[in-house]
Amino acid sequence: MALLSNTATLLGKELRTEFRSRELLTTTVVFILVVLILFSFAISPTTEESREFGPGLLWLAILFAASLMLQPCFLREQSNDTLSSLRLAVSDPFAIFLAKLIANTLFLLLTEVLMLPLFAVFYNIPILPKLPLLLLVLFLGSVGISVAGTALSAISAQARMRELLLPLLLLPLLTPVLVVSATVCVALLDREPVVHWQGIGFLAAFDLIFLTVLWLFGEYLLEE
Amino acid sequence: MSALALPPTGLRFENIDKRYGGLFALRRVSLEINPGECVVLAGRNGSGKTTLLRIASRIVRPTAGKLSFPGAANDSAAGRPGYVAHTTMVYDELSAEENLVLFAKLQDVPGPAARAEELLCEVGLFERRDSAVRTFSRGMRQRIAIARALIHRPSVLLFDEPATGLDPLGISWLAKTLGEVNRAGCTVVMSLHGESEISALATRAVQLDAGSVVADTKTGASLRSILSFGGA
Repeated sequence: MALLSNTATLLGKELRTEFRSRELLTTTVVFILVVLILFSFAISPTTEESREFGPGLLWLAILFAASLMLQPCFLREQSNDTLSSLRLAVSDPFAIFLAKLIANTLFLLLTEVLMLPLFAVFYNIPILPKLPLLLLVLFLGSVGISVAGTALSAISAQARMRELLLPLLLLPLLTPVLVVSATVCVALLDREPVVHWQGIGFLAAFDLIFLTVLWLFGEYLLEE
Repeated sequence: MSALALPPTGLRFENIDKRYGGLFALRRVSLEINPGECVVLAGRNGSGKTTLLRIASRIVRPTAGKLSFPGAANDSAAGRPGYVAHTTMVYDELSAEENLVLFAKLQDVPGPAARAEELLCEVGLFERRDSAVRTFSRGMRQRIAIARALIHRPSVLLFDEPATGLDPLGISWLAKTLGEVNRAGCTVVMSLHGESEISALATRAVQLDAGSVVADTKTGASLRSILSFGGA
């Protein structure tokens, strides 16, 4: 119960701070928008090419935007040593991770939901027929990015060259999520849509495994 | 100042070592601090005072040795020490009240909003309760840091140079506040430089040098001698 109440309190703090400054959301939305528009103009894909390459571009843009968004996640806690006061206050340090990764997932999902209609327009891909499954893949992929990214953000925040370290660690680690999410989306957005349940299962397993690892070893990532 | 939530608690350091790479910040420190004592840690810069306080707060784990809290009733939030560090350890972008309510809620303090208001009055920041901490002066930030440390009515208080940034009035206020919590049974351990109104509260002084305890006294003349050395 203490874990849940601490998580809820910290999640409230994360959301309040972000919706007051809108720093992360603005950066992420603008970044994905710019990437999608630039790719669209640079390649000028046909409908068939869009169906084949569009989802990959979308996930690449999400991944790069996420690495930007996740950078300040623990870095913000460094300036006033608030991470120490949180560690002193919470009964389970996992609450700190849980609150941050839920907040990151929500920010990422919000960005994706805002970007999806624009993606459909720029790449001329009808997304409505398979929208629920598309949202499921976006959700599972975003959770995977947030779980791994939050853990790595905690590690990189305490290191030298921290701005460089997070993307260096995050991008290779999330390659399987990127490949599988893009593949599942390509199949979903095809003229004759196919649901790759194996891919969806893989994403769910990735999320579950990383969440368990974070729950078991997260405390050590927060130590000085 | 409000009473403690738990019975007074002491601190026991047994053969504590703390190493950063090849550098010893603390070497074989053994110290028993009794419940209700007011102890000043003195010593030159780099003598290990901050490291000892961070280990006592459980933010930093010792490389070797054992830390325990004799008399601690349980591992509830009130059993955790209140800690004031060099930094404020509060969020600049939140208001004074939001910060205190946040830390009160995290530590299961009953009536978090009321407790936050009570402390804001005590530290003299009630009028500025809705202002973001980033707009505060250094002294005001120190006051909010002290309020955060007191929010859960801890039985052990650890203060690392608590007078930093406070004006003479602020130092008098802090001395009065610390005196009150100490008289209520709270164990106070603080690092200080030189003699002041705050050091006058000390019932014991421990001097550190190069990570080791080199003097530990409760008697008047020696106590004053260690305290005056603290800023060297």
